[in-house]
Amino acid sequence: MAVTAKGVDLSVDLGFLKLRNPVLTASGTFGYGLEFEPYFELAKLGGFVVKGLYYRPREGNPPPRLVETAGGLINAIGLQGVGVEAFAAKVLPKLRGFDTAVIVNVCGADDDEYAAVVEFLDRQEGIAAYELNISCPNVKKEGACPALSPRTTFDLVKRIKAASRRPLITKLSPNVTSIVEIAQAAEEAGTDAVALVNTFLAMAVDLETRRPKLGNVYGGLSGPAIKPIALRMVHQVASRLKVPVVGMGGIMTGTDALEFLVAGASAVEVGTANFVDPDAAVRVVAEMERWCDARGVAAVRDIVGTLKTS
Amino acid sequence: MPIERDARLREVQSWGDYFRFAIDAPALGAGARPGQFVMVKVSEGPSPLLRRPLGIHDAGPGGIELFFAVAGQGTEILSRKKPGDRLDVIGPLGKGFTVDAAMRGKRVFLVGGGRGIAPLFFLARELASAGAHPVVFYGGRTAADIPLRDKFENAGFELLASTDDGSFGFAGFVTGLAGREIAKDKPAFVCACGPDPMMKALAAITAEHGVPAEFSLESIMGCGVGACWGCVHRIRGESGDGWVKICEEGPVFPGERILWP
Repeated sequence: MAVTAKGVDLSVDLGFLKLRNPVLTASGTFGYGLEFEPYFELAKLGGFVVKGLYYRPREGNPPPRLVETAGGLINAIGLQGVGVEAFAAKVLPKLRGFDTAVIVNVCGADDDEYAAVVEFLDRQEGIAAYELNISCPNVKKEGACPALSPRTTFDLVKRIKAASRRPLITKLSPNVTSIVEIAQAAEEAGTDAVALVNTFLAMAVDLETRRPKLGNVYGGLSGPAIKPIALRMVHQVASRLKVPVVGMGGIMTGTDALEFLVAGASAVEVGTANFVDPDAAVRVVAEMERWCDARGVAAVRDIVGTLKTS
Repeated sequence: MPIERDARLREVQSWGDYFRFAIDAPALGAGARPGQFVMVKVSEGPSPLLRRPLGIHDAGPGGIELFFAVAGQGTEILSRKKPGDRLDVIGPLGKGFTVDAAMRGKRVFLVGGGRGIAPLFFLARELASAGAHPVVFYGGRTAADIPLRDKFENAGFELLASTDDGSFGFAGFVTGLAGREIAKDKPAFVCACGPDPMMKALAAITAEHGVPAEFSLESIMGCGVGACWGCVHRIRGESGDGWVKICEEGPVFPGERILWP
């Protein structure tokens, strides 16, 4: 039901995908979804993005994998995961029971692996779209990933878009000189939407031991600390692209999420907040609804891109 | 696994940097098992961001008890809470120690180092209820680091204490004390919680004597519910070794599965 009890229409239409509300959960912060079933009804979300999948199971980085910093969290998990076959056999059948959009985050060590993941998943039912993860900073040396260059972004998106029967959301890295250039490359290559931002390449030092606090030395910073930079990037990209933007970066509350919509995002992803409160994403939905209701906003999509800059 | 947003701190007891909280939270207490943990929110704001994982020190129908040491910003904030304060707690989480009928009439050694003693009181009570005979080994750096001695003894448990500096009980590590007793008269089972080097040494001792043992592992945790994959430890599995989530498959693992760094 799109219109809520309060009479606010929370639904959004990305063109290729209609969502009950604009709130998704960010890949890597929501497991495979099932972990959160004890805490709330998953169907209350616009959708959720499952943890990044490589073709084969993946071991991930040595611990420590997490370090807390001021208003944020640096992670270097390294995309540990079960691989597509175990996902399709053990997880996906259960996810099909939830009346919400299941988006699969697609990874690859090289272009061929991305293609193999999509080819495999294309034969499975119960997936609404793919989020192409070209931006994880924790799997190659010094954060290297396809999203650092317009050229590699264009080539990979073009190949995967042509190979896939499903809509493609390309997830971008903020660790670039111009995220707009990368976003434009993804759009030219045919992506159906862009999602931004992934985490910021970061580190933390233990002064006493003079060692890095993460096993991987560098990791990705997320949480409230990155929100202002993420908002700026979402605004820049949304101002120049035609395809919809999915915004994320430090969203903890409904008002955080609404700020991303005003800046130009058509939907948002809640990430690190899921760690703090397993039911954070549904709380964000409820808070968005309350805000809209209190201000007489009849449909949340009406505030998308309404930032007044003059 | 409820989220108890309105748990109430009923009682605070402290010894220097060590704190015991008695918390009214019926939904958490009723289903808890020894060795399980909770995730406690320490701040309403963005810093520190994450909840803190704390082992359940005791549990009953009315709520839970926690025992912790101030080890950083999060536990420092927590230590300033006062009776009557509201706490936001998720749990009980994870898989705890084995307590079963096979332990009836048997001696079970519980080995705790420092704040690692936390889950062993609940475990000792449950083992005693199951008809086992728990013997508690409690080690700390100094006499001030083993504040729960009286609590165990007053509850009628046999307790042997050690201090690294020899200021109380056996002089040396608790593994030395426990190792001596294991060599003298093998227990049926050993359960342990403490710093990794302590547990690694104890794992070698129990393996050498062929005594089955379980160890409760500690880690920084992002979520506590299996979603972030941040709290992994090297664990032997059916299909090979790998990084296994402590929060989901643990925190308690059988000794033969743990690969120590």
